[in-house]
Amino acid sequence: MPTLHFLANPARFRRFCARVLPALSAATALAVVVGLYWGLVVAPPDYQQGDTVRIMFIHVPAATLAMGGYVLLAVLGASLLVWRHPLAALMARATAPVGATFTAVGLITGSLWGRPMWGTYWVWDARLTSFLLLFFLYLGHIALSRAYDDADRGDRAAAILALVGAINVPIIKFSVDWWNTLHQPASIMRLGGPSIDPSLLYPLLWMMATFALLFVLLVLLRTDTEIDRRRLEAAEVAA
Amino acid sequence: MATASLEVTDLACRRGGRRVFERLSFALGGGALLALTGPNGSGKTTLLRALAGLGRAEAGTIAWRDADIAWLGHLDGLKGDLTVFENIDVAERLRGAAPERARIDGALASFDLTALAARPVRTLSAGQRRRAALARVAASRANAWLLDEPFNALDAASQESLRTVLARHLGEGGLAIAATHVPLDIAGGRTLELGT
Amino acid sequence: MTAFAALFQRDLRLVLRRPGDVAVVLAFFVVATTLFPLGIGPEANLLARIAGGVLWSAALFAALLSLDRLFAADHEDGALDLLLLAPGALELAVLAKCAAHWIVTGLPLAVLAPLLGAAFGLDGRSLGAVALTLLVGTPTLSLIGGLAAALTLGARKSGALLALLALPLCVPTLIFGAGAIEAVATGEGFTVHIAILAALALMAVATLPWAVAAALRQAGE
Repeated sequence: MPTLHFLANPARFRRFCARVLPALSAATALAVVVGLYWGLVVAPPDYQQGDTVRIMFIHVPAATLAMGGYVLLAVLGASLLVWRHPLAALMARATAPVGATFTAVGLITGSLWGRPMWGTYWVWDARLTSFLLLFFLYLGHIALSRAYDDADRGDRAAAILALVGAINVPIIKFSVDWWNTLHQPASIMRLGGPSIDPSLLYPLLWMMATFALLFVLLVLLRTDTEIDRRRLEAAEVAA
Repeated sequence: MATASLEVTDLACRRGGRRVFERLSFALGGGALLALTGPNGSGKTTLLRALAGLGRAEAGTIAWRDADIAWLGHLDGLKGDLTVFENIDVAERLRGAAPERARIDGALASFDLTALAARPVRTLSAGQRRRAALARVAASRANAWLLDEPFNALDAASQESLRTVLARHLGEGGLAIAATHVPLDIAGGRTLELGT
Repeated sequence: MTAFAALFQRDLRLVLRRPGDVAVVLAFFVVATTLFPLGIGPEANLLARIAGGVLWSAALFAALLSLDRLFAADHEDGALDLLLLAPGALELAVLAKCAAHWIVTGLPLAVLAPLLGAAFGLDGRSLGAVALTLLVGTPTLSLIGGLAAALTLGARKSGALLALLALPLCVPTLIFGAGAIEAVATGEGFTVHIAILAALALMAVATLPWAVAAALRQAGE
């Protein structure tokens, strides 16, 4: 992939960021404003859940990107271990906290979404529980990559963890779903399935795209900062 | 044993975020001895580990031919709860070789460990442990010895034993590379100084 | 004797020369299990219901406790370098070490747990389920824990970090292991659970040694 190789050079990546980030930030800010207005004001309330359904405009995108984020960590991990892609380690370091935050947002919004129906802030629902475990996987990645004085060792250990974790996520999801159906009836947190009304679907899709933009923006920003930090550390060592 | 040969070209290694050496080139054949010298931190251990295949090189090539490597690191590589003999025996098996009783006994004798052979390694002094680790190397049929500070903790008599064993190994056609502060004092040995 | 057998035998011999280390782990298992009735109350029905989960959770913690030293000892005395340099596949060496670990951890736990299960009021069939599920499930724990141990070799706070890394990955095994015991207690069969536990174990054996070997090589660099 020419784009990957093109961006592999940190200097080129930084120039790319310098050109792209201002426009990306503006676009993301605009998308957020439009999306929030659309979802919170314009879109109609659900006939069953009322206004609380609006939380899904934040919950679903956050949750989807949280899972995508872990897949990205695995891909970056493979890049680092197999092809020694120089930017992969830095980008993984940048991505993990962003993914963890999106997971936390998903957990909090999921909890708030369920409160009116469950009466409590937490139930051991299959989705929420899988999500909680995903959050722990992110925490593990973050902790491991920072557990060594030698940053390179931390990055490479975390890369292995990301690959093993990614393979395990479907297994964990399967086992938690199984565990849950045994102990509890089906999840309450449905979107309305494939027959979701267009007046809710379109703002949802918009917010998905918005969150994706936000994710990319945050990762690029943080990767840029990581390059700075590594440069600074290298300069200190050489001095 | 078959003779090993080593050719290193333009080798560069990194440690702790900086390059400890670069553009390193040399070649060794059977019977050759190379002493690595230099101040602490000059990359002697990094070079040895890269040659053994334990560490990664950043640039350049390391080409071994017909080499069966025996490694002695900074640490002894001995299990404290096993006896000296058991350590050497299992080390041979882990290398995929059948332990030869006669060779092991000979190696133990070379380093004056025959009386200590049945003692658990954790009961030995640092010098005795180092000798046991050296005996492990000597007992093997490896034709390439990579030794990191082999003289560490050895008294004068033991240092002489090491020199004798080394000379014998070289005489049999084996090659050896040793990082050392103590002069090897063996005829025909070359020196490579790092950190300059 | 192959290198695999030699390493397996070496590690077993090393552990058996320090039987105290094994005993401590098993003692922890007993103590940890005992905390639950003390914390929750001795009501017989309740204890019988939670027995499967309690035994499995305590077994998981006990197994993780002992995994800390799996590679650390070799790392500290330099024997790890020799394993990395050995001619055979490093993955086989990993299996040998995990197998030896299982013999002195998972296996005794599977034998000890039914005795504790009786104290929780489980009936004969359930006790059999306890033993069988632990027997089939603990090898997976040894492998996952082995991976976590290899990834945290030489790291700061390696003990807690090892648990943080391993526990989420052990959740599927825990769910099916404890679930099997509950299934037996309620009269259903547990064949599906055992089959899944076995499948998880096979998957672990088929995939994790490569990850562990990669992590060990990183530790050696």
